[in-house]
Amino acid sequence: MRTVGILVVLAVALVASAAAGILVGAVAIAPGDVVAALFGSNDTSGTIIRELRLPRVFGAALVGGALATAGALLQGLLRNPLADPFVTGTSAGATLAAVVAIVLGLAAPLVPLAAFAGALVTVTLVWRLARLGGGTTVLTVLLAGVVLTSFAGAVVTFLLVSSDRLALQLRAVLGWLQGGVSVISWPELGVAALVVALGLGFALVLAHRVDAYAFGEETAATLGVDPDRTTTAVLGATALLSGAAVALAGLVGFVGLVIPHALRFVIGATHRRLVPASFLTGAAALVLADLGARTIIAPAELPVGAITGLIGAPFFLALLVRSRRIVI
Amino acid sequence: MTRLSASAVTASYAARVVLRDCSFALGSGEIVAIVGPNGAGKSTLLRVLAGLLRPKVGSVSLDGQHLASVSRSQVARRIAVVPQIFDTLFPFTVREVVALGRTARLGAFGRASADDVAAVERAIDELELGALAGRRIDRLSGGERQRAVLAMALAQETAVLLLDEPTVHLDPGHQLATLELLRELARRRQLAVGAVLHDLNLASAFASRIVALADGRIVRDGTPFEVLRADLVQAVFGDSLEVVARDGHPAVLPRIATRSR
Repeated sequence: MRTVGILVVLAVALVASAAAGILVGAVAIAPGDVVAALFGSNDTSGTIIRELRLPRVFGAALVGGALATAGALLQGLLRNPLADPFVTGTSAGATLAAVVAIVLGLAAPLVPLAAFAGALVTVTLVWRLARLGGGTTVLTVLLAGVVLTSFAGAVVTFLLVSSDRLALQLRAVLGWLQGGVSVISWPELGVAALVVALGLGFALVLAHRVDAYAFGEETAATLGVDPDRTTTAVLGATALLSGAAVALAGLVGFVGLVIPHALRFVIGATHRRLVPASFLTGAAALVLADLGARTIIAPAELPVGAITGLIGAPFFLALLVRSRRIVI
Repeated sequence: MTRLSASAVTASYAARVVLRDCSFALGSGEIVAIVGPNGAGKSTLLRVLAGLLRPKVGSVSLDGQHLASVSRSQVARRIAVVPQIFDTLFPFTVREVVALGRTARLGAFGRASADDVAAVERAIDELELGALAGRRIDRLSGGERQRAVLAMALAQETAVLLLDEPTVHLDPGHQLATLELLRELARRRQLAVGAVLHDLNLASAFASRIVALADGRIVRDGTPFEVLRADLVQAVFGDSLEVVARDGHPAVLPRIATRSR
């Protein structure tokens, strides 16, 4: 019952953040007009609300929720709070695959699919490395993340410069790469929402098995979890969520790291509670971060990744210092 | 009644053979201590018995069934394993850790039945963890954590309990208490208990049988008096040990040469 109460509170917080995201923007629109716009008024504010703010809020919620859920799963599997799609290089792998798909001229709906494939390859690689790592697991994972991210970044830069197709829309692509949710269309959102729903569904079904990893993969096995199947399924869910997030918003860092870790202090470590709570909190947090991104220096806009980086990087460092005595 | 047995098992990690031709049986109500020097293959034998490592040659059977053909979730209802490593960075409460023992029996989305809840409370009572049940496991002492993990294994309500050095993080008082509890459980629940033990004297005092391993082979399997004999102890563990009889058990003591100044 406590779980239900917590989730209700978080859902209310998400709705409130979304309402703030729709009501506030570079152009001042009266609340009454916002409501009218939601129900289909045909003036400029209707267009701003329905075609700009609403998809943006919806997109930010999906991206934040997906990344935080993926972070919770990865942390649970790796038994360490210093993991998320961004720091493990999973997002970078997804980005590279998405850029390759665009360069090859694949149809737009295939881009999230490519991002998922890229995420899956990277996260599997990271998991393999973590298993080799023994006592230095976290260090191995983080170093692998650094290497994968810079490698993917180098290839992406090469592709950006050499591809005519991308050169034409360089600004848009750069904005996307840095973690922007500003130019999202409704069809794009539909595809991403489906992928995220699938990933979240898997995550909810798998949550109690992730708990069994608390003392390592072998103990998970003795507790009755088929380690190969479960690990594959959890990595698959992580890849679905990270791939969808990257396809929508490029590299948004640290949401997946900060949200589940902070939540654990409040609601405990049980993944049955942590996974849905991470989704709701991540969604609300990124909607608010995006609200900040488009109002702090209005009328100019920051990519939301800049905001999450500003807040997340110091948090990550603090975590690294705190956990040093135990882990690395 | 034999619950778990290994017959002519050879096991290896990659090319390195760690167990050779080991046969072993564990029956209801008995405590079998697995002893041997470092690197003798004790933990490997335990892993083979738990189905975590497939033997290269030979087979393991659980209640007459080929262990390799039983699913992990079915094995978890019949064999519980207390791991050597039980550190976690996450703030699980003691009750949540104990409840992990029910993982194999939970419903969809991890729903716990009344049986699950009752088994968890019983295990908490049995290890006198009531006062700690709501506390975070990452803030407990090593001994308290060890008891929580033992309770997790008991909550599995299996017929077989395997332990990898269950007393390694405990002070002498708690070592005794833990082994007394295991003996009590073996008697009351008719558990078949197999434990890797480093301390030969604890093995001598509590085990119904001792299996001595050296260099991957079982060198002797019998009562404490049959196994803990001076010739065997010295051959397996080193010349500087002597065996004396005390309170009806053999006791192993180090022979420390007095150094002249």
